[in-house]
Amino acid sequence: MFEELAKKLTPWLLGDGPQAGIVLSTRVRLARNLKGMAFPSRSATEQRQKVLDLIRAALKKSGLQKGILVTSADLEELDRDFLVERHLISPDFMREKDGQGVYISQDESISIMVNEEDHLRIQALKSGFQLRSCFEQVSHLEKGLSQYLNFEHDQEFGYLTSCPTNVGTGLRGSLLIHLPGLVLTRKIDDFITRVSKSGFAVRGFYGEGTDVAGNLFQISNQNTLGRSEEEILADLEKLAQQVIQDEEIARNAIFKDARDEIEDKIWRSYGILRHARLLSSSEVMNLLSALRLGVGRQILDDLSLPIINEVLFLCQPAHLQKYYNKQMNSQERDVSRAELVRSKLSAPKNGGRKRKSKPEEEN
Amino acid sequence: MLCQDCKKQEAKVKLTQVVNNQKVVLNLCQGCAEKRGFHNPFMGGVFPLSEMLASVSSGIIEKKGSHASSLKCSSCGMSFSEFPKTGRFGCGECYTAFRPQIMQMLARIQGATQHKGETPLPAKVDLASQVKTEQSLEEQLREAIASEDFERAAQIRDKIKVSKLNKKK
Repeated sequence: MFEELAKKLTPWLLGDGPQAGIVLSTRVRLARNLKGMAFPSRSATEQRQKVLDLIRAALKKSGLQKGILVTSADLEELDRDFLVERHLISPDFMREKDGQGVYISQDESISIMVNEEDHLRIQALKSGFQLRSCFEQVSHLEKGLSQYLNFEHDQEFGYLTSCPTNVGTGLRGSLLIHLPGLVLTRKIDDFITRVSKSGFAVRGFYGEGTDVAGNLFQISNQNTLGRSEEEILADLEKLAQQVIQDEEIARNAIFKDARDEIEDKIWRSYGILRHARLLSSSEVMNLLSALRLGVGRQILDDLSLPIINEVLFLCQPAHLQKYYNKQMNSQERDVSRAELVRSKLSAPKNGGRKRKSKPEEEN
Repeated sequence: MLCQDCKKQEAKVKLTQVVNNQKVVLNLCQGCAEKRGFHNPFMGGVFPLSEMLASVSSGIIEKKGSHASSLKCSSCGMSFSEFPKTGRFGCGECYTAFRPQIMQMLARIQGATQHKGETPLPAKVDLASQVKTEQSLEEQLREAIASEDFERAAQIRDKIKVSKLNKKK
């Protein structure tokens, strides 16, 4: 399954969205439940199957079904992991429960999880900073479905969800952002404090030790109740614009005050990635962060954001194993990961002629 | 330090999240971090908010003179005392059954108790009620056949036909 999908790079990694140098991706999702039906965690397989059938019928009727609906019944473990790594489903989804399914649009920008925590989780995922267009997409879909399905809604609490942290609008917008400038200039703590004070959540991705792996952070709205969709989006947008501006100022300062040091760091990272024989995933993430910064400043002309994104993506354990088509332990993965990184970073940028000898032996 | 989820492996991954000025730190082993979707920066992951929800809701139950632990949703059968364990409600009716308790929780975790924003219009064609009508018609048909009332059975069969035709439209 998914042979067609597997051949191409998932569109949100193309690095072609607005502000893609700082904002890697935007995700917006809406949570909805069908009226009068128990939430998935409290319903039997038969009831979940009924919900799935209703949603399938509604998708078909609303004419929005230009994609595939995959159910847990026709999914192998490897296919499931594949969807998880492509970020079309959440980590534990469709692992054990029957009567779950996911609709995936042809271009992979939309996925609708059925019977995850809520009956419906409608999400849009795009490259770069695209909060509005993500919301328009999910909202359009939700409106289409609501022609045929009644959703649980309460005058006081708004749309009702399994977990009260999603109640109200059921709307969660999140941005994955790359903030090496704020980290290097030690302004990141201020940023985290400011964000959390304004009703947003910020999360760093910690590897081993205390460093934030890859200088990647996720910001999202924490509250879903008491603010309209428009207000939530406007606030998140405002916050993101401020962060982007701060990050740009920080990067400018670094390149002004410590150009030699930062260029050295970028080139050394490139050197390690192109020649290392063992790479852990957190090391790759950290080194790629420097490369990403270098690409943004036109220092590394051979590279582009899509290549960096692709490497980051393929270095994940399951993708790595799928790429090499074999099961590997951690040590074997580190060897293969290094091999993969070398080959990807040495390949010509625009997919031009292939090099004949082993890429790492050139230069 | 041991992983706080499995309490077996050494915690190698430290996750920090700040929510409404409250810092939540999770110390997890590699495996448990992956289970929660935290190994991957692209992943939405599960917010460590469940810890906060559990403490807020247990607080409501344990409060002196509170009857919250004896409350039960008549629709899905969930009792409020189950909530701190799962952090999930059972159905939409739970929000009515536990309204005062949920109000208190929402004030704490959401900082608001009144929805503002979109409200749905009734579905033009309600597929769920269509399915229900068909199911009850089919039951009536079975009964009619069982009692050998074939005239009635024929009428019901026509109704089912019409309903199925409508559905296809």
